[in-house]
Amino acid sequence: MIDLTATELLKRQSDGDLTAEAIASSCLTRIRDHDPHIRAFLAVDEAHVMEQARAIDAKRKRGDVLGKLAGIPIALKDVLCVKGQTTTAGSKILRNFVPPYDAHVISRLREADAILLGKTNMDEFAMGSSTENSAFQVTRNPWDLERTPGGSSGGSAAAVAASFAPLALGTDTGGSVRQPASLCGVVGLKPSYGRVSRYGLIAYGSSLDQIGPFTRDVRDVAILLAVIAGHDARDSTCVNAPVPDYAGELDKPLKPLTIGVPREFFSEGLDREVETAVKEALKAYAGLGATIKEISLPHSPHAVAVYYLVATAEASSNLARYDGVHFGHRAASFRGLIDMVKKSRGEGFGAEVKRRIMLGTYALSSGYIDAYYLKALKVRRLIRADFDRAFAECDAIIGPTTPTAAFKIGEKTSDPLSMYLSDIYTISANLAGIPGISIPCGFTKAGLPIGLQIMAAPFAEERLLRIARMFENETDWHMRRPKM
Amino acid sequence: MSLSADDVRKVAELARLELGEAELATMAPQLNAIVDYVNQLQAVNTDNVEPLAHAVEFHDVFRADVPSVSLEPAAALANAPARDGDFYRVPAVFGD
Repeated sequence: MIDLTATELLKRQSDGDLTAEAIASSCLTRIRDHDPHIRAFLAVDEAHVMEQARAIDAKRKRGDVLGKLAGIPIALKDVLCVKGQTTTAGSKILRNFVPPYDAHVISRLREADAILLGKTNMDEFAMGSSTENSAFQVTRNPWDLERTPGGSSGGSAAAVAASFAPLALGTDTGGSVRQPASLCGVVGLKPSYGRVSRYGLIAYGSSLDQIGPFTRDVRDVAILLAVIAGHDARDSTCVNAPVPDYAGELDKPLKPLTIGVPREFFSEGLDREVETAVKEALKAYAGLGATIKEISLPHSPHAVAVYYLVATAEASSNLARYDGVHFGHRAASFRGLIDMVKKSRGEGFGAEVKRRIMLGTYALSSGYIDAYYLKALKVRRLIRADFDRAFAECDAIIGPTTPTAAFKIGEKTSDPLSMYLSDIYTISANLAGIPGISIPCGFTKAGLPIGLQIMAAPFAEERLLRIARMFENETDWHMRRPKM
Repeated sequence: MSLSADDVRKVAELARLELGEAELATMAPQLNAIVDYVNQLQAVNTDNVEPLAHAVEFHDVFRADVPSVSLEPAAALANAPARDGDFYRVPAVFGD
């Protein structure tokens, strides 16, 4: 049961072969047995999980209309506010924060009768690519406990890979869904900017943040995305566009299909085994009748630099709210108001968060804003224009999700820049606001998963998922599970 | 362009972050490495390019101006580090 997709679990329940209670209970058993080694979860309230599951079974028994995710457990990155449940964003500064409201996506999940399984570990304030920046614990990759699951949504990716939950939500500001999905051998989608409301998502880089699903296959992404996507007036950047039936024509291959392969994604730094797996995937698409076309995204080599100015500038502003006044940590002793703010922040934030606040403050400070922040925004427009040009001639852009498979715990922690470069292929999608998905496309000789990234034009998720599904229907990489 | 220890102290002051001496010592070289890296952008020609602050370029999103229910004071204050009745308690803002 633990290896079934949400789609299969929904069917088994409606066929009367399984109850929500049995599903929830098997997830909890699995978590109890294996999470002490993986450490994907920060909090699981077992009694509350079982209570939700029994309520769904009772609803079904009464013959009530059930939601689209009835009885399906979902793990939630601890950056999404859940009313009445501690939500930490992986930070000491929010160690005791209990949100007074639900994030929009949480309300949607409740309406869909999903089972909120627990809160997953993450890099503090979603700043990181390995989940090692969590103030609470280090999460391990289920495929190799010596390696990181990626980040920042590493707990959610590991939870799906370890079969703790069929579904999870993460957030992606520079690759934080796609990169850990790739490193953990699961499917992860970053929707178009504005597709999913950010209401109740603890902000990092507001012009880049999007909430996205982790699943075992593309069909489950289609189902979960349909539940969380759509307009919400409480996020003014959430676009009021109709939500298509993503699952409807999912299995209908896209024909004709032109795939752009950016030469910049196959240069220095790309691991040989990853390159080989991605090229095999492109051959599979060619075999399905796709036209494969080499393209150029000439400004993409600057994406990491643009990102680390734009995201940190936004972070320095967003994180100004942690001042020890309204919520969060307040220092025990201080001299006056300003000192209270400085000490509370100095004690509450971890090293990477401080580094990014510092960089962002510097990029926005008088005398440097033109040279750094505004310059970065101009190059951001050039990056966007590269994509616009590419999508005028291609339906999708395909390349590796990450330059290497999962790296070792501790390998990159002393060199922030090398950690940043692990997001080199994912960051430009956030800057341009386009959707991107990572799907499993192979394994290294050492048995580590490799991810294929597919990107499409803004709000073209329906086609993006169909294109991803074409590959998935031809291969069984997504069916493999780590030995645990 | 390189940040001195004094520059780092000044930015920390602007960011309202108290950093210990050990943190300041590691912060300067790390920030410099990142600043060196992002300086690659100076070589990109951006003449006549407008900054792109948001991928979806919104302008003035309006909603109907109707009163609605907001958080109860008790819920809004539940996470306050210090409070006094229905108020947040903070040290004196002006002087000691």
